[in-house]
Amino acid sequence: MAKIIEYFSIATSNIGKRKLRSWLTMIGIFIGIAAVVGLISLGQGLEKAIETEFQKLGSDKIIVTPAGNVYNSIPDEDTPGKLKEDDEKVINRVRGVKTVALTNFKVSEIKWGKEDIGFYFVSGNPTKNDESSLTQEVYAVTIIEGRYLKPDDKFKAVVGHDYATSTAFKKNLHPGSTIIINNQEFEVVGVKDKLGNEGDDRTVIIPRDTYFELFDTKEYPDTIIVQVNKEFTPDDVAESIKKELRKERNQKEGQEDFAVKTLQEYLTSFLTILNIVQTVLVGIAAISLLVGAIGIMNTMYTTVLERRKEIGIMKAIGARNSDILFLFMIESGFLGLVGGVIGVLLGLGFSNLVASIGRQILGTKLLMATSPWYLIVGALAFAFIIGMLSGVLPAKQAASLKPVETLRYE
Amino acid sequence: MPETIIELNNVWKTYYMGNNEVHALQGISLKVKKGEFVAIMGPSGSGKSTAMNMIGCLDVPSKGEVYLSGKDIMNMSESNLAQVRGRKIGFIFQKFNLINTLTAKENVILPMILQDMTKQERELKAYEILKLVDLTDRMNHRPNELSGGQQQRVAIARSMAMNPEVILADEPTGNLDSKSGSTVISFLKKLHKEKGTTIVMVTHDEHIAHNAERIEYIKDGKIEKVKHNK
Repeated sequence: MAKIIEYFSIATSNIGKRKLRSWLTMIGIFIGIAAVVGLISLGQGLEKAIETEFQKLGSDKIIVTPAGNVYNSIPDEDTPGKLKEDDEKVINRVRGVKTVALTNFKVSEIKWGKEDIGFYFVSGNPTKNDESSLTQEVYAVTIIEGRYLKPDDKFKAVVGHDYATSTAFKKNLHPGSTIIINNQEFEVVGVKDKLGNEGDDRTVIIPRDTYFELFDTKEYPDTIIVQVNKEFTPDDVAESIKKELRKERNQKEGQEDFAVKTLQEYLTSFLTILNIVQTVLVGIAAISLLVGAIGIMNTMYTTVLERRKEIGIMKAIGARNSDILFLFMIESGFLGLVGGVIGVLLGLGFSNLVASIGRQILGTKLLMATSPWYLIVGALAFAFIIGMLSGVLPAKQAASLKPVETLRYE
Repeated sequence: MPETIIELNNVWKTYYMGNNEVHALQGISLKVKKGEFVAIMGPSGSGKSTAMNMIGCLDVPSKGEVYLSGKDIMNMSESNLAQVRGRKIGFIFQKFNLINTLTAKENVILPMILQDMTKQERELKAYEILKLVDLTDRMNHRPNELSGGQQQRVAIARSMAMNPEVILADEPTGNLDSKSGSTVISFLKKLHKEKGTTIVMVTHDEHIAHNAERIEYIKDGKIEKVKHNK
């Protein structure tokens, strides 16, 4: 229908005639679209960053933790389950297990220099070669100064990035510095690269044997890290580990005091949470779109009222009700579409800005706003449809006007 | 004998204003044959505009029959009436009724768009009829950049866009000075003479009415008398 194209040009010229009002109407839409596009781009970027981060850790890892302590929060008396040192042997017996590493961590007083005293995480990590490299991999440890812990190190420590760089501390630590943990002197041998969160960047890593000596606690591991042999699928191995640990403890399925998760499962649960957060945020942004749509409807009603006579003329010279209906719906769709174009541009700008600020603050290069083409096309189509739908009622009103009455109307 | 294009047969139109019934038309009967130039004359309130709306399919009667080329408009849907208006009738209004956001040429083209004419045909036709009303030099101006007389000539051009069988002119000179008015009338006469277009003109001005071949005098919603010129 060639008519439709003509309607577009008539509609644009009508919108152009009422510049200020059209712009004000479109603000409603472009704020909404900008928010939706921006949030989705950021969310997708975040998802990608997390996936990449997890891929770096490797998908052949399984994490065993006490039940109820799924995300490695601080273990305490309330933690329902406990892991045992013997679990290592049980897990090692499972087919497909390559390496098992046990780690511990707790919050402790740390002192270095007169004013630099605080409570931070101390992590007891294994120092034996295979176990040590497995822990380093899973905890994403990269050394930027000095070295990591060696098998026979005793009172040596690797410190997080903040200790070497943060301006919050009076004295910064470097290899050779001394640090006092729980009243015991340690020599700093290495500094970890920045990970972007304060918890990790202020953790001090010491040998696990020294950890038990230092805190004089019973030897319960907080986390057991398992690496799976290449020929085995992590999911199957995780199932077997669960089975063996249950047998060992005489526990029924569903009543375990421990949790076994592959890194893939961790990723999935992270992404699920992220999706929920994203849905809620986009939902909130959608409310502003609704407000924008009502703005378009309001403008279209005013336009119909103003153009009663024009509608009458058009009907007199042969416009059918459907012609008038289309004309007004296309006009309101156009308001939506132009609002959408500006909204998409703003949204892209906004998400990239936030992502770049995020990269600066977190010191990670991974966070990028991701705006696939279908997001952009979808947002534009959505804006046009919203505009059209907002125009339905006003357009129907316009179409139903009687030519005699409108021509008499001045 | 030329065929009858318009026939009003005992047509009544009643409006309701609150509880009052107003009979704008009270059994009017009228016939217009192909190629005629007819004037409908009467004082204001006589029902001549209502009669005009009936002839132009802008309104349907309360009682009686209106035939356009032998078809009863009472039984037509709104969408069919619009089609009939678009293809068979050209309107010229007292207040020009051009669309202000469109240029003269676009105003002339609009009826053709509504009837799905191709772009090429439209451009050619628009140029041809704007030439006929002597406005080719002003065709890209918008109505507010044109004088009243020029606007009415654009309206004449628009009314001819679809080669209608009838042109209905409702007080075409009512808003014009006498010089522009007579120019407009001369264009209507030219159309009638050269193209054989049927013209029905409503006016309250005896002098203007005398340009028609026949004058139908209307009073109180009925034809009171008929006068043949020449």
